[in-house]
Amino acid sequence: MVDSPEGFTGEGFFATSFDKVVGLARKNSIWPLPFATSCCGIEFMALMGSHYDLSRFGSERVGFSPRQCDLLMVMGTIAKKMGPIVKQVYLQMAEPRWVLAMGACASSGGIFDTYSVLQGIDQVVPVDVYVPGCPPRPEAVIDGFMKIQELVHNESLRRRNSDKYKLLLESYGIQ
Amino acid sequence: MTNEFIKEKLTEKFGEQLTEWNEPYGLLTFTAPKDLNLKVMTYLFDESSLNFRFLTDLTAVHYPNRTGEELAVVYHLHNLVDNVRLRMKVFAPVAQPDVYTASGLFSSANWMERETFDFYGVNFVGHPDLRRILNVDEMDYFPMRKEFPLEDQTRIDKDDEMFGR
Repeated sequence: MVDSPEGFTGEGFFATSFDKVVGLARKNSIWPLPFATSCCGIEFMALMGSHYDLSRFGSERVGFSPRQCDLLMVMGTIAKKMGPIVKQVYLQMAEPRWVLAMGACASSGGIFDTYSVLQGIDQVVPVDVYVPGCPPRPEAVIDGFMKIQELVHNESLRRRNSDKYKLLLESYGIQ
Repeated sequence: MTNEFIKEKLTEKFGEQLTEWNEPYGLLTFTAPKDLNLKVMTYLFDESSLNFRFLTDLTAVHYPNRTGEELAVVYHLHNLVDNVRLRMKVFAPVAQPDVYTASGLFSSANWMERETFDFYGVNFVGHPDLRRILNVDEMDYFPMRKEFPLEDQTRIDKDDEMFGR
């Protein structure tokens, strides 16, 4: 169980600020979209298994439809031909959305410094958390996931409409 | 069916045009002139005693030092009945790398020729749909040619000393 946020309790009611409650609810029920391409996808499978359970963080239901998911976890090597597809999936996600780049290949191209591999998905989508490793251990991914949870918890409700966010999206060519 | 038998049959039909006979690791290898590649493959296909009806591999090699014939297109043909393999090489100059397509004879040559075009720039004359298959469509260079650098040039975080440049 989670601790309740600070607020004013009375007989039969509890008053607190809206973004605290929303942040708390969102952070404990993130539905990830596993965009698994290569070896990191296998590590993700290990992560979802019972030993390093990800569902204890609220991600029991992983979805493969971008419309229903909050977190895009890009796991594995992304080729230059796959770049526009990752961008397409990102565009189809509804706000609020976060991106976690798992592994060296998604963060920066990894060991594949070649003509066909995209050198990091941050060339096509804005990324929130990078988890380095080749592949990162499941505990490392959980650490990254907990950082995403912190970001989700502390995010202001107005962030997605702010100018700064609009500028960020425009720098990626997303309207 | 031995390598000598195949060599005899081929020299009987084509004579001195087939050169550079070699048998690395027991695989009979020869070079044919660029314009005869389809004729040689059709003969190997149709001749009932030879029966090379399976195109195993079609690829290219770039030899920048052989001026006038830099791009070698290599065909690996296989006889499924007798389990014998054969390698045929065809050389083309890099200034005009036109080679006749084998996709009329072997359907598998279709995509293999697209891959060879994608990476080496060999133009297969008569190919139904010659376009890039594995790389991004907008790419304007041919990655496997020797003048192309090994690493992506947009990386800014690599330390030149450690990577031996």
